[in-house]
Amino acid sequence: MIVELGHFALITAFAVAIVQMLVPLIGAWRGWSGWMAVGAPAATVQVLLIGFAFAALTYAFVASDFSLQLVVLNSHTDKPLLYKISGVWGNHEGSLLLWVLILALFGAAAAWFGGQLPETLRARVLAVQGSIGAAFLAFILFTSNPFVRLAVPPFNGEDLNPLLQDPGLAFHPPFLYLGYVGLSMAFSFAVAALIEGRVDAAWGRWVRPWTLAAWLFLTIGIALGSWWAYYELGWGGFWFWDPVENASFMPWLIAAALLHSAIVVEKREALKSWTILLAILAFGFSLIGTFIVRSGVLTSVHAFANDPERGVFILAILGVFTGGALALYAWRAPAMQARGVFGTVSRESALVANNLLLAVSCFVVFVGTIWPLISEMAFDRTVSVGPPFFNAAFTPFVVALAAILPFGALLPWKRGRGRVLRPLLPALGLALAVTGLVWAMQTGRSLGGPIGAGLGVWLVAGAAVDLMQRTGRGDLRARTRRLMRLPGADWGKAVAHGGLGVTIFGVAALTAWQQEGIAALDVGDRLEVGRYEVELADVTRVEGPNYVATRAALRAFENGRELGVLYPEKRVYPVARMPTTEAGIDSGFTRDLYAVIGDPQVGGGWAVRVYVKPFANWIWGGAILMAIGGAISLGDRRYRVAAGAAKRAPLGVAAE
Amino acid sequence: MRALVFALAVLFATPALAVLPDEVLEDPVLEARARALSAELRCPVCRNESIDASNADLSRELRLLVRERLVAGDTDAEVMSYLVDRYGEYILLDPSRGGTNLLLWGAPLGLLLIGGAVAGVAVTRRQSAPEALSPEEEAQLTDLMEEEEDKRS
Repeated sequence: MIVELGHFALITAFAVAIVQMLVPLIGAWRGWSGWMAVGAPAATVQVLLIGFAFAALTYAFVASDFSLQLVVLNSHTDKPLLYKISGVWGNHEGSLLLWVLILALFGAAAAWFGGQLPETLRARVLAVQGSIGAAFLAFILFTSNPFVRLAVPPFNGEDLNPLLQDPGLAFHPPFLYLGYVGLSMAFSFAVAALIEGRVDAAWGRWVRPWTLAAWLFLTIGIALGSWWAYYELGWGGFWFWDPVENASFMPWLIAAALLHSAIVVEKREALKSWTILLAILAFGFSLIGTFIVRSGVLTSVHAFANDPERGVFILAILGVFTGGALALYAWRAPAMQARGVFGTVSRESALVANNLLLAVSCFVVFVGTIWPLISEMAFDRTVSVGPPFFNAAFTPFVVALAAILPFGALLPWKRGRGRVLRPLLPALGLALAVTGLVWAMQTGRSLGGPIGAGLGVWLVAGAAVDLMQRTGRGDLRARTRRLMRLPGADWGKAVAHGGLGVTIFGVAALTAWQQEGIAALDVGDRLEVGRYEVELADVTRVEGPNYVATRAALRAFENGRELGVLYPEKRVYPVARMPTTEAGIDSGFTRDLYAVIGDPQVGGGWAVRVYVKPFANWIWGGAILMAIGGAISLGDRRYRVAAGAAKRAPLGVAAE
Repeated sequence: MRALVFALAVLFATPALAVLPDEVLEDPVLEARARALSAELRCPVCRNESIDASNADLSRELRLLVRERLVAGDTDAEVMSYLVDRYGEYILLDPSRGGTNLLLWGAPLGLLLIGGAVAGVAVTRRQSAPEALSPEEEAQLTDLMEEEEDKRS
């Protein structure tokens, strides 16, 4: 019964979305206030209906209702409760339902907190948001209905893909979707502005908090996914340049560019049409990502549920929305008059360089990702594009971006002189010294380590200099006091830029200095890796709720001093017929000790693999810092007032 | 039930480690080359993994094959072309820099140049753009200034 109500709620939500799409749009066109006012309540009703449908599906999973096809295919009575709940979005249909739920949530947030927006702009934003909702609800109802019943329910389900039975699944997709779908707000604002034919500083100030919120959720989502892959896939890789990963990374890059260019619109009323274009592209790449993930046209190591047939439908949605918006852009953008004038050496120019590097690097990732498809279709040549290409093609952009970032952050608006960069000299000297020192310490290895360390120091020290410069002149005590009272935007900027430095250093250090040891160990045998040593103390059979595991106890030593015991496991899920590895990790500030156990070997003993992964946690630590920087900036009083959300920041809304 | 679970566990057990201890070559230099090469070879039956990271049986065979060729004295390039002859270009994670692939490898620089040219033009245009005063505004300004002059005199 509840399931049928959920199904009915979803169909009703589709109808409401169509109303939300049409009525406010016509109202704004004809200038009818009554029709425009329909948008806000429609958005509220829509989120309530989809929320109810989502709750109904969750109920079916928790209650193990095996008359529902989706539950049979993705659940089992023995599965722990957490994974029964997260299993709701661990499949194609459910994950799309989560997608539209978050979309509706953003739409409703725009309705609730957009009270100070001009009437027509608000109506149009809600209409565009409604049209996206209508398209995806149609997709769910016509091709991917999660509420399909089975005539003859089986006794039990087929269990969820074991790789997904991890706390990572509970948090990674919702955050990723908050980011992906959050970019729909920037898109709706851009399309509404194109229809209005008007972009001004106020528009920039409305768009920025939404983009910032989406970007920070996307940052957290990507970091969680990377961390999950690190400990779950069994060899400690954190980024594979896999199509599904690139799918989330491309909107992130464009969103980062959009964040920065919206500042220029807001402060200087320049780069208007470029910012509109970025807003369209950011959501366009979100849709491309959804298409890549859901259609399975590109083979991915993370694929868990896809269907080429459905891909065509998403491709149509992608074509209509991105193509339509770009056509509208080509028609209306020339009307956007830029006003601000700026010199070649200025904050504006630096942000143009930032946008150039971020956007081009995004397109490089895009070309690399779809190249196998193009090559096969156009040239009949089956090729693969793997990490070696992306590392070679993408890294120079990151290096260039990081190199110019502290300069750009310090330049004044409008017109700058080289003189203002003088405070950066100590930071530059420190960074170069660190690069040289690291280079000397690790002679004979790749350049990646020293360059990464140098850039990391450069970004962190540059962010510190930037903050200190904001405190003005005077003695140190007065400046320190002022430092604490600086606006959130200043602190957010410094923390996020510093976080980027930390991540760059972590990635470079892990890639350059990782050590690895493989051996067949009998109980009592030892394996030496760098300064570390592990001893296989014991191997036991462990029975979990829905799996059996081989668990090894590995005593770890550093220079002969015992660090503790690692418990790597190799699990087999009988229902899903899949093995997984659970790494045993000793996490540290400067290194992770990462151990995996394999099968008994023919010649005796167990296959054991141990890695020393230097500064691994810095990769995600830096990403968390970037997200915190975004949150601090979002908390800045100026945005809350300007965004029309006098009491609550958009962050609070989206996190519900 | 428990016996059944164990039986199933044994039945579906597959190697859970990529490179296995018995594959490792004794010569560390050759082994390092083998690892570097396997990281650039795609497992043909997996979703998107190198043979270095994959657990599939075929990957193990390919890893052994790479080592066999290296021990036989092949150069890295010879090992790669040996494998491409048998499994096709699809196996190369590092796409070759020839033929239509030049478009791919040229993309980063090409896109940067195009983007850079557009950005360069935009920045120079913003420099020379008039300081946003229309003729009417200009007239208003003159009026205001004249008024000031009048007041003063």
